Formats: sequence, structure tokens, C-alpha cells
Amino acid sequence: MKDQLFAYVLRLADDAAILGQRLGEWCGHAPTLEEDIGLANIGLDYIGQARALYTYAGEIEGKGRDEDQLCFLRHEREFSNCLLVEQPNGDFAETIAREFFFAAFMLPFWTRLKASRDETLAAIAAKAEKEAAYHLRHSAEWVIRLGDGTGESHERMQDAVEALWIYTGELFEVDDTLATLIADGIAVDPEPIRTEWRETVARVLSEATLAIPEEGYAQTGGRSGIHTEHFGHLLSEMQYMQRAYPGLKW
Amino acid sequence: MYTQALNTVDTASTVEDAEREAAFQGRIDAEEKIEPNDWMPEAYRKTLVRQISQHAHSEIVGMLPEGNWITRAPTLKRKAALLAKVQDEGGHGLYLYSAAETLGVSREELTEQLLSGKAKYSSIFNYPTLTWADIGAIGWLVDGAAIMNQIPLCRCSFGPYSRAMIRICKEESFHQRQGYELLLTMCRSSEEQKAMVQDALNRWWWPSLMMFGPSDKDSLHSAQSMAWKIKRFTNDELRQKFVDATVPQAHFLGLTIPDEDLKLNEETGHWEYGEIDWSEFARVLKGDGPCNRQRMKARRKAHAEGGWVREAALAYAEKRAARRAAKSAAA
Ligand SMILES: [Fe+2]
Ligand SMILES: [Fe+2]
Repeated sequence: MKDQLFAYVLRLADDAAILGQRLGEWCGHAPTLEEDIGLANIGLDYIGQARALYTYAGEIEGKGRDEDQLCFLRHEREFSNCLLVEQPNGDFAETIAREFFFAAFMLPFWTRLKASRDETLAAIAAKAEKEAAYHLRHSAEWVIRLGDGTGESHERMQDAVEALWIYTGELFEVDDTLATLIADGIAVDPEPIRTEWRETVARVLSEATLAIPEEGYAQTGGRSGIHTEHFGHLLSEMQYMQRAYPGLKW
Repeated sequence: MYTQALNTVDTASTVEDAEREAAFQGRIDAEEKIEPNDWMPEAYRKTLVRQISQHAHSEIVGMLPEGNWITRAPTLKRKAALLAKVQDEGGHGLYLYSAAETLGVSREELTEQLLSGKAKYSSIFNYPTLTWADIGAIGWLVDGAAIMNQIPLCRCSFGPYSRAMIRICKEESFHQRQGYELLLTMCRSSEEQKAMVQDALNRWWWPSLMMFGPSDKDSLHSAQSMAWKIKRFTNDELRQKFVDATVPQAHFLGLTIPDEDLKLNEETGHWEYGEIDWSEFARVLKGDGPCNRQRMKARRKAHAEGGWVREAALAYAEKRAARRAAKSAAA
């Protein structure tokens, strides 16, 4: 039970840390000054979530690992974030599509996690829910603006939706770890969220005059540490300082 | 960040109504704030547009050297603090562009001036951030120098600029304390980290002193800016304040200021410093600093690659307005 809870909290922490890392790459290079500030804001929300979740994971594990040891000193195969969040920023449309698909899942997810039997998770969820509501609004507005903007932006937004679609199925994956915790009233069952997620996606894409991709093969593997090739590069950059100067205080 | 007295020569003021100018100067002498719709001499307007836009550009370009370390910050706490700091600098750019816009110049025009190389920004951002200690050094020295320059601007005669400065200065002093605390943590953690901090100080000290602009004896036109209360202290006065405040802080960290001529004058209580290499200052301002080309390239790239996004946002806003108009006409 403790092992499963540790694994579950780490998944959530890794999702937040890796997406926060990706958003940090934009800072100073966004299409407008307002978006430089906006994407940094969202990135900060994720880093904050990651800190709370890693700290809690460390407590559950009980081996004295803190947020930084869990974030900066685990290897690629030990990370259990979903594949969607590790995808490169690409152009602004890809960043927005990634944010949109993820937030459309996370908002109903956090709402449900507030009812978890685990009080720490419920408290983290209450804060994260408000943040996810903003992330969803921000990204959905951009999907609509870009989809219904110019010919070029429509095409780029459609391409981004198609490119990332294959990674959205993983959000609903239930493995043994998750099944145990769902049965115990600790974790959220993603299956009932599927309908809500599809409705959100369909509503926003149709307002954006974009085509909704066909249901197809869902690439998974992130939860068991089988990542895409981009991921190792992200880690080598993110973990550089702790790897190069082990055991120091910063 | 960050104003820098760059001392471009003002164009001579055109023949203005002498009475109006006298009344304007009277208001300034009485410490009244000048607001955007008030009458003002053309040269006052031009000086302010130049200074505020240079300041705004400096905030924006200044996001790049620090942004260079966001993805490599050593801890999550430091990563969040750095991302928030760089975000603040973007916010400063935004307030300052808005303050400049009240003087009748658009943000697009100002951006164009930056990207074409016509407008200047603070020379300090043309130096590279090579190690994590540089992030602390920038907060401590660069934000520290910015505060010295900008505190007096909170009392600047132009209302929108002075109000923007009050808000900005609060954040800059937070950045400065945060940078110093970062360095203190490193200096206390290990000799290896302390050496990294000393190396950062060695590289950032002199460029920080240059942030205050040319020496008073070479300064072209402080007098008019002083009379207009756009400037309240000379470059050398501000630089001296900065040195006096910073040297004891360096000593507290156990660091050596890279200046063999530095000594405390017991009578005046001021730290006297060695000769600044003004040829380096001139060279960096002219475009031949270590990173001028990379900074401009990064700004131009972000602007060019964001073009389709800005066009889409505009096209969508127009479509939506047209749809609303059609809807209300039908109703
Ligand atoms: Fe600033
Ligand atoms: Fe600052």
C-alpha cells in the first residue's frame, strides 16, 4: 500500500515537474511579452505543485529523500510522468495543444482528488484545482484564437493537435498500482473523466474550427519509465547542477 | 533593471512659448507631477520617451542572461525563484512600455527601434551568465545598481514614470536580497562554491559600476535633466552610493573586490575605487560586447517566430468583433 501510494504521488509530481521544466524553456522567447509572463506563471504553478508532491512522496517513502533528491537524482527509467508533458515545446501551437490536452484532464482530476481519503493529496488538489482552471481557460482561448485566426495559424494548430493526440490516451490508463489505490478511495479513477475530457476537447476544437482526430492508437509507457527520446535530454539539462556538484547546498 | 545614463545629445528645443515653459518649470520646482495630458516642452517629452524606452528594453533584454539558467537551476526552490524573478522583469518591461505610450509612442514602434538596433539598452546585459553563481551576482549587483539608479526616479517629475518606478523598485529590492542570499548560501556551503562566487564577482563588478553611465566630467547634459527632475543625482554620486553599500556586503561574504586601488577614506567615510575602463564601456555600448549579437539575435528570433501568433490573435479579434456587430445588427 505504501509503495503504491509513493508511486502514485511520484507520478503526479513528475508530471508537474516536467511540464514546469518545459514551460521554463519559453521564458524570454515567447511570441508576446504578455505570453512570456503568462507561460512563466503557469510554469510556476507546476513547479509549486511538484514541490508539494515530491515532499509528500519523500515522507511516504521515509528514506529521507527531499523534493530535490527526488527531482534531480533519479534516473530516466525511474521517472513516471506521462509522455504528453515531456514532449518538446515545438512552436507556440504545440505548447498550447499540450497544455490544453493536459489541463482538460487535470481540472476534473483535481476536482475529484479533493475527495480522496488521503488528506494531504486532498489539500494539494484543492489548490491545484484553481490553477488548473486557469490553465484550461488560458490554453482553450489560445486554441480558439489560433484555430480561428489566420490560414497559417489554423494549419499549425491542427498539426499540433494531430501530433500530440497519440499521447492523450495515456492520461486514462489504469495499471495495478492505480487500481489498488482507486479501490481504496485514495486515487482518482480516470475512466469517468474520459467523457468530460472528450466533451471539453470537442467543444473547444469545434469553436476553433479544427477537426477532432479519430480515436487511434494510444502510445503509453511513461508510467513505467519508458519515455520518448526527448526525455533524456530534458533530464540532462534539468539535473546538470546536482549531477556535477553532488551533495552541496544551493 | 534598468536605466543607464547613456547621454545621447538632446535635440535643441524648438522655440516654445516662453511663458508656458516658465509655468511648466514652476510646477516642477513646486514638486508637482506632470501628467500625460499636461502641456510639456518637446525636449522634455523626447528625453522621457528615450529614457523610459531604454529602461523598458533593458528589462526585456535582461530576461535573456538570467533566463539562460532557468532550466538548469540546482533546486526546485531556486528554479521557482528565478522563473518568478525573470517574470517580474518582463512585468517591469510591460509597465514601462505603458508609461512610454502615455507620451504618444506605441509599443510596436519602440520594439521596432530595439530590433533594428536603433534603441539602446543597458550595457550590462551584454555579458554572459557562465555559472550558477552569476544568477546570484546579477541579483546582488545588477539589481542592486538598478535600485540605486531608480529610487530617485520614484520622485521623477513625470507621474506615470514615477508611479511605475515605485512598484518596480519594491520588486528590485526583493531581487537584490534574494541574489545576495543565494551567494551567502553558496559561500557558506563549500570552498568550491565560494570560489565560483568570487569568480562571478570578478566578472560582474566592473560592468556593474559602468551601469551608472559615464563619469560626471564626461557627462553631456545632466543639468537639464536635473532641472526637470528626471534625474536627481549625478552618475558619479549614484556610483559612489552603490560602492559604499556594496563593498561591506562583499566583505561579509568573505570576498575580495577585484580592484587593487579600492580603499576606505577614513575622513569622508567613502570607499574610493580605481579607474573604470571606459574604453570597454564604449565598446560594449557600440555593439562589441561579449553577447550583443546573441542578445539581439534572440530578441529578433522571438519576434519573428511569434509573428504568426500575433497576426492570428489580431485576425481572431477582428472576426469576433465583426460577428458581434452582425449579431447586434440582426437583433
Ligand atoms: Fe526590473
Ligand atoms: Fe530585477
